[in-house]
Amino acid sequence: MKINSNNLSSYKNIWIIAEVEHGDSTSISGIINPVTHEIAGRARVLADSRGVELWIIIAGDLKGNINFSEEFFYADRIIISDDSRFSGFHDEAESALITRLIEKYKPEVVLFSATARGRSIAPRIAVLSEAGLTADCTSLDIEKETGLLLQTRPAFGGNIIATIKSENHRPQMATVRPGVMKNFIIERNVSSWLCSESAAKPVITEEPAVEAEFSLLKKILSVKKKSGITHSIAEAEFIVSGGRGIGGTENFKVIEKFASLTGGAAAASRGAVDAGWVPYSYQIGQTGQTVQAKCYVACGISGQIQHLVGMQSCEYIIAINRDPEAPVMKIADIAVTGDAVEIISVMSEILEREGR
Amino acid sequence: MNIVVCIKQVPAGSSGSIDPVTKRLKREGIESVINPYDSYALEESLLLREKFSGSVTALSMGPLKAEKILRDSLALSADRAILLSDRKFGGSDTFSTSYILSQAVKKIGNVDLVICGKQAIDGDTAQVGPGIAAHLGWAQAAYVSNINTDNNQLSAERMDERGCDNVVLTLPSVITVVKDINKPRLKTLKGMLESRKKEIEIWDFDKLECDEKLIGLEGSPTRVVKTSLPPARDKNILKIEGDSEAVSVRIIDFLKEKMIIE
Repeated sequence: MKINSNNLSSYKNIWIIAEVEHGDSTSISGIINPVTHEIAGRARVLADSRGVELWIIIAGDLKGNINFSEEFFYADRIIISDDSRFSGFHDEAESALITRLIEKYKPEVVLFSATARGRSIAPRIAVLSEAGLTADCTSLDIEKETGLLLQTRPAFGGNIIATIKSENHRPQMATVRPGVMKNFIIERNVSSWLCSESAAKPVITEEPAVEAEFSLLKKILSVKKKSGITHSIAEAEFIVSGGRGIGGTENFKVIEKFASLTGGAAAASRGAVDAGWVPYSYQIGQTGQTVQAKCYVACGISGQIQHLVGMQSCEYIIAINRDPEAPVMKIADIAVTGDAVEIISVMSEILEREGR
Repeated sequence: MNIVVCIKQVPAGSSGSIDPVTKRLKREGIESVINPYDSYALEESLLLREKFSGSVTALSMGPLKAEKILRDSLALSADRAILLSDRKFGGSDTFSTSYILSQAVKKIGNVDLVICGKQAIDGDTAQVGPGIAAHLGWAQAAYVSNINTDNNQLSAERMDERGCDNVVLTLPSVITVVKDINKPRLKTLKGMLESRKKEIEIWDFDKLECDEKLIGLEGSPTRVVKTSLPPARDKNILKIEGDSEAVSVRIIDFLKEKMIIE
């Protein structure tokens, strides 16, 4: 094993590992997941403050589509590895390829989306590269004196905020929680950057995968996408979530309907999932998903701490509950005492009357 | 099939305090329980053993009091329990922890499958499972919600934000499991009594054989430099109740005002 604390200075540039959609019968492969662009605005700022380049690494079954220059206008270089064997999700092959590219080009920072896929490959690549990795960062900064990446993340279900750095290893790696950096691309004055000298089109470099990188290739038997839900909970800006107080599967349709009318996503507490009203993929909380939406409507959810840790970082919380003393009412911006199912269905009616 | 299930003791409840020196979670004086996801990992390993025979070894790293969760694993019929415990392991980050665990898997030998919970509820990183796979050079599957054993072929359903897929699992492999995968069995009195007769092996640094440069606070590539409490939520709670129509209008106005809906 190598210890790479020597020649740290030979590492430069900031990388983002793009999340490429894996195609199935209903969607096209080779599309870049928007979570990749979210990170880019912040990464561009970090790269500029370090005076280094921003690179995007795209590995996937791209079907010859390597024309990403416009999509990644903010990047200095795009590395593309287009191989049909990447079709689907192959942790081992993607990790092996990216590890080799890291060794070859020596980036100082490598960023991933903290999605299921990003969180599967990032730890594998970090170990193979003997690099430090911080999970699920909510903010990234450069330490002035040292130029090191300061990686901030919630731990312990959001009860502690920790800042982490990796002094003697390169690259410094992090996964970034979806949704938290959405606004950076707007904050940065993109148009002024576009007019500046650095705004030449990104350079595209093709890096074909090598045979050995597919040695652990898994056979994918089937791919199922969720039906009916257009937004995944993790990425949704608006979440309408139902708990045991909703009362049953039928009533949950009221939640689903309101979510779909508003372009939001439906979710649930553990109570509703354990009652069998909705599948586990809906579950928010300690043993489900953690979300950071702009607004979270908790319907008939009492708000045990195990639930709160999954949603308390949302910007606005609206709680609707029959019990005014329920714990969720104490962390809400709007605490509504009443019947959640009735109120939600009236809200749907109002929106429908408005012509939705 | 020889299975190693990695389990972690985590503080019960969810408010932790922080050690001022290591900046990591303080574990003294707080009751410890098995990480909830790891109980699904343990159950899945017991189910696979029932199907394919073989053995289940429960593996944990931590202070001596982590014996408790290993004893519980024995009560649930794990064949063997090993605790990796040494001051030198303390302060390990996910890189070092997965290295130490992978060294133990190597030493146990002849292992076909390592099963972990998808993440621990204290660190929430989900990095140790894939980290073990990388240290061992094995295949991996994370966020597994079902294991199919039809035609004696193992396949794993992996969840992601958009749905799931089903992939053939080649052995040896490391998998991490989500809550949906099974319903953990409960301890029986008989199991608990029998577990008392079984030994929990303690492996320290010397017994485990690992590279000191890769473990502990010093060997970890990452370091926590600052911890703080999250900013408190604005305590201005707007309380409303009354007629559903009026309440609904109020909420919709709020959503529009904050540009949450158009």
